[in-house]
Amino acid sequence: MTDPTPYRRPYRQTQPEYFYPPYRSTAKRAPTRPLVMPPQTISEVTGPLFGHEDVKPEEADLTAQHAGEPLGERMIVTGRVLEETGRPVCNALVEIWQANAAGRYRHATDNHDAPLDPNFTGCGRVLTDGDGRYRFKTIKPGAYPWRNHYNAWRPAHVHLSIFGRGFMQRLVTQFYFPGDPLLPYDPMFMSVPDERARHNLIAEFDWEHTIPEHAIAYRFDIVLRGRDATPMGA
Amino acid sequence: MSLLLTAAQTVGPFVAISFEHTQVQDVAPPGVSGERIVIQGRVLDGDGKPVEDAVLETWQANGHGKYSHPEDTREKLLDPAFKGFGRVLSNRHGVFRFSTIKPGRVPGPNDVLQAPHLVVLVFMRGLLKHLVTRVYFPDEAANREDPVLGLVPAERRSTLVAARVGDGLLEWNVVLQGQNETVFFDY
Ligand SMILES: [Fe+3]
Repeated sequence: MTDPTPYRRPYRQTQPEYFYPPYRSTAKRAPTRPLVMPPQTISEVTGPLFGHEDVKPEEADLTAQHAGEPLGERMIVTGRVLEETGRPVCNALVEIWQANAAGRYRHATDNHDAPLDPNFTGCGRVLTDGDGRYRFKTIKPGAYPWRNHYNAWRPAHVHLSIFGRGFMQRLVTQFYFPGDPLLPYDPMFMSVPDERARHNLIAEFDWEHTIPEHAIAYRFDIVLRGRDATPMGA
Repeated sequence: MSLLLTAAQTVGPFVAISFEHTQVQDVAPPGVSGERIVIQGRVLDGDGKPVEDAVLETWQANGHGKYSHPEDTREKLLDPAFKGFGRVLSNRHGVFRFSTIKPGRVPGPNDVLQAPHLVVLVFMRGLLKHLVTRVYFPDEAANREDPVLGLVPAERRSTLVAARVGDGLLEWNVVLQGQNETVFFDY
């Protein structure tokens, strides 16, 4: 078997470093020894693939998981999962999780003094279609405090986990909202060195997908690592 | 066309609300052929404290050394019941545990066979992007000729090799920092 065509190295400054002092938890968790750089083998370029047997269509609607409607601003999130080359990634699994409208997670260790919403769990999953498109319906999450530094507040955000064609494309990220005044104070957002890559984490208001009298839409495109050519026979 | 790669961000402290109910602790369901093993261990931070909010994702070939993926074009047996993907969370003692089968050997660079191994991705609060590492097997002669282990400084290789602690029971820890810091890879 010929060696797999490697995925491109992450484009410079698009990714945060492991050790980033303004985000305090990195101090005891970032590796301190040099990372080893092996060639990419079949073990890395492959990875789990998902299909419609793995994901139910209703998992894309976070507003319909309980008897009643969750409180907050209804929101549609759409976007495409693409490779750096522009090629869409179909059947990519996109998982999201988030706080409720008041900024509270349904998690035992979230002790923020904000109400839980009995009608909101805050997680969903969807597969991209043939053009790499995905769509969720949810509510806009609230900002929440954390103890990273004095008066620290996370800007409103949604966590996303994406499985592309293989483990080399694996990505976990977060998207933010336009015009959020908390962004320049947030060490997670600010950990991305390149200004354009940082800006790309902010979803765009999406008038075309906005549903009249019902829900505001945001667009967030996701770009995974690409490779320069497809190996023969793949 | 060249689009700018999306930046990674941490999974944060509340990842369990999404990943807990999608865990895959039994990677090899009953009926899958191969040597049955349980891998357990702890995730430890720079102070040696257990990490209570880590996620490990594992990927491996089946017992014949075949990946359930179209890019593995070799003519080897696929096991329809075996996907090869695992996802486990650490508990409040930093302990994780999953059961699977020992994978067969797969080719590496220039068709040199690799020793049996699992690829492991590590996610947690405090990691702005995930870590990549591997688990190899003890008492495995092929480890000496493995092209990836060979790139690891000799004194650190043991961090990638699980220890046999019982019948079919292997222990392998993820040590984030310090003397026995696990070897992590950069691709
Ligand atoms: Fe969060």
